[in-house]
Amino acid sequence: MTAREQEFLEYVQSGGQVETADWMPDEYRRLLIKFIEMHGNSELMGVLPEREWILRAPTLQRKLALTAKVQDEAGHSQLIYRVVEDLGKPREQCLEDLISGKSKFHNVFHYPTKTWGDVGIIAWLVDAAAIISQKALLKCSYAPYARIMKKICWEESFHILHGRDVVLTMMLGTDEQRELVQEALNRWWGPLMQFHGNPIPKEEDPMFHWRIKSQGNDEARQQFLDGYVPQIWELGLTVPDPELRKDEETDRWHFGEPDWDELKHVVTGHGPKTQERLELRRLNREETEWVRKIVLAEAA
Amino acid sequence: MGAEDRAGGGRVIYEVFRQERKGQAFAHAGSLEAPNEAFAEEYAREFYGRRQESEALWVVSRSAVHEIDDFADELERNYHRVDGYSLKAKLKEARERAGTS
Amino acid sequence: MPERADALLEIADDELILGWRDSEWTGIAPFLEEDVAFSSIAQNEVGHARALYELAARALETTADELAFDRPPEEYRSAPLVELRRVDWAYTIARHVLYEAADEIRLEALKASPDTDIAGLAAKMDREEAYHRMHAQMWAERLRGEPRFQTALDELWPAAVAVLPAELRPKLAERLQRPLPSNTVLLSLERGNHAAEWPALWEEMTEVRRSVPGGQW
Repeated sequence: MTAREQEFLEYVQSGGQVETADWMPDEYRRLLIKFIEMHGNSELMGVLPEREWILRAPTLQRKLALTAKVQDEAGHSQLIYRVVEDLGKPREQCLEDLISGKSKFHNVFHYPTKTWGDVGIIAWLVDAAAIISQKALLKCSYAPYARIMKKICWEESFHILHGRDVVLTMMLGTDEQRELVQEALNRWWGPLMQFHGNPIPKEEDPMFHWRIKSQGNDEARQQFLDGYVPQIWELGLTVPDPELRKDEETDRWHFGEPDWDELKHVVTGHGPKTQERLELRRLNREETEWVRKIVLAEAA
Repeated sequence: MGAEDRAGGGRVIYEVFRQERKGQAFAHAGSLEAPNEAFAEEYAREFYGRRQESEALWVVSRSAVHEIDDFADELERNYHRVDGYSLKAKLKEARERAGTS
Repeated sequence: MPERADALLEIADDELILGWRDSEWTGIAPFLEEDVAFSSIAQNEVGHARALYELAARALETTADELAFDRPPEEYRSAPLVELRRVDWAYTIARHVLYEAADEIRLEALKASPDTDIAGLAAKMDREEAYHRMHAQMWAERLRGEPRFQTALDELWPAAVAVLPAELRPKLAERLQRPLPSNTVLLSLERGNHAAEWPALWEEMTEVRRSVPGGQW
């Protein structure tokens, strides 16, 4: 590492903030782009499982709320890709790399949705897991990214409310509806526990090293369990992990070891819905190419 | 600003500034790509106002925003700073003179 | 069914189904900025439908959701134009342009209604529709030179005319500088006739709701 890079590292590790025009080590820029791009990809892929349910929403209120949620996610990917673009990688390149499988997106968006129960569970718990990571990113050393996280976190809070409302309403409904929620939770619990990533110690995580992330994976997972397991249990729902319990002495949750092989397998492009969804994106991009060409034709 | 004015492919980048409540300053909120001002205004309205969260927006083409981040202060201009005024000693003397100390 | 409620249901059904169709683009619009903007339009349309259903619901002693989702498919009063499934952006914008023009004329008439509830709601809707019209205009100008857009406008024109009651149709023809289609052509596009896509649309729209009849969601 050069002296200048060392100085930069000490600067960010002591809380220093970096702007777009500032000098930054190549390694920092590379990691930043990789991290932020994956986030953008995830928001963009996240809309696909959810948008089908907009059409099937069983009340006008739910229809509006779900449309607004998916709209927010498209908006988030716009904010995020803009940040990546200002770092030097154009949006079109990001989309190409996503579709070709060169870049990744979060595990949860590789799985199918089966019922309206999924709609509630995803909006409540998947968004909750995401918001924990996103709140930690408010302290990202790269300021333009930290700044958009404020808007993203604010909008995500509506999603969690919506999700919780959907779940609560069903839990107060028929046995069949309660069963839909439980069944969805059973399917989503594994991916949720894998969501924050394998328990690599903070000190060994390059993203933490440069203060791109300010929270370790395990810490995020503990925060998620702390916040949401009590909420799950108080509704009479069961979590499909017989080992799940809180150790009152250490103040930490014990749980069955998540399937890290499954996580790796999924994020490298082998999830149950990965190829189908990437194909949808590819086709959609092809079909709308002519529109972008026209929009580009006479820039102001 | 430092970043490109044109997004890859020719769309123009617009910066959006928003005023959250009446009386407050406009603060930078984000940027977006649009082919022209009409589109940029429509998009800004949706991105930063669809929840009625903004009192007003300014939409400006990025090329019209000029960043300055260097300022010269070679010769000490302490008259511009609070620490350039040390009144303590003079005040003590003035009180003694007036017999009010 | 009271006449007033019937008229409200026509517009409500139009707005609901158009909003349903427009919301199909959420997450997959041609580019991200447009995705957000167009989704707001879809939400406004569903919002208008809701307000109209609520007004009708009072007269019919039911709820907005029951009107929106619990009628058998043949009872919906939506115009075929809004039911058509066209996954191409040129058709979506063409429909948007034509529908907004027809709806503007319809709203003008409603704003003059002696019924203060209807007149008031029409005024509110019109204020939101002003942004839809701006958006449609922007895109129409942009796509003007594109053959597939012109083709789409030509193809959808008769269905757009059929959105309006007979007495308002000449106004639309005049405003858009297009000749009125013949009555023979319009006959199959009148309200009460549904597009071929309608049964599948209704199935999907009501699928979850029907899974637990009378359920709270």
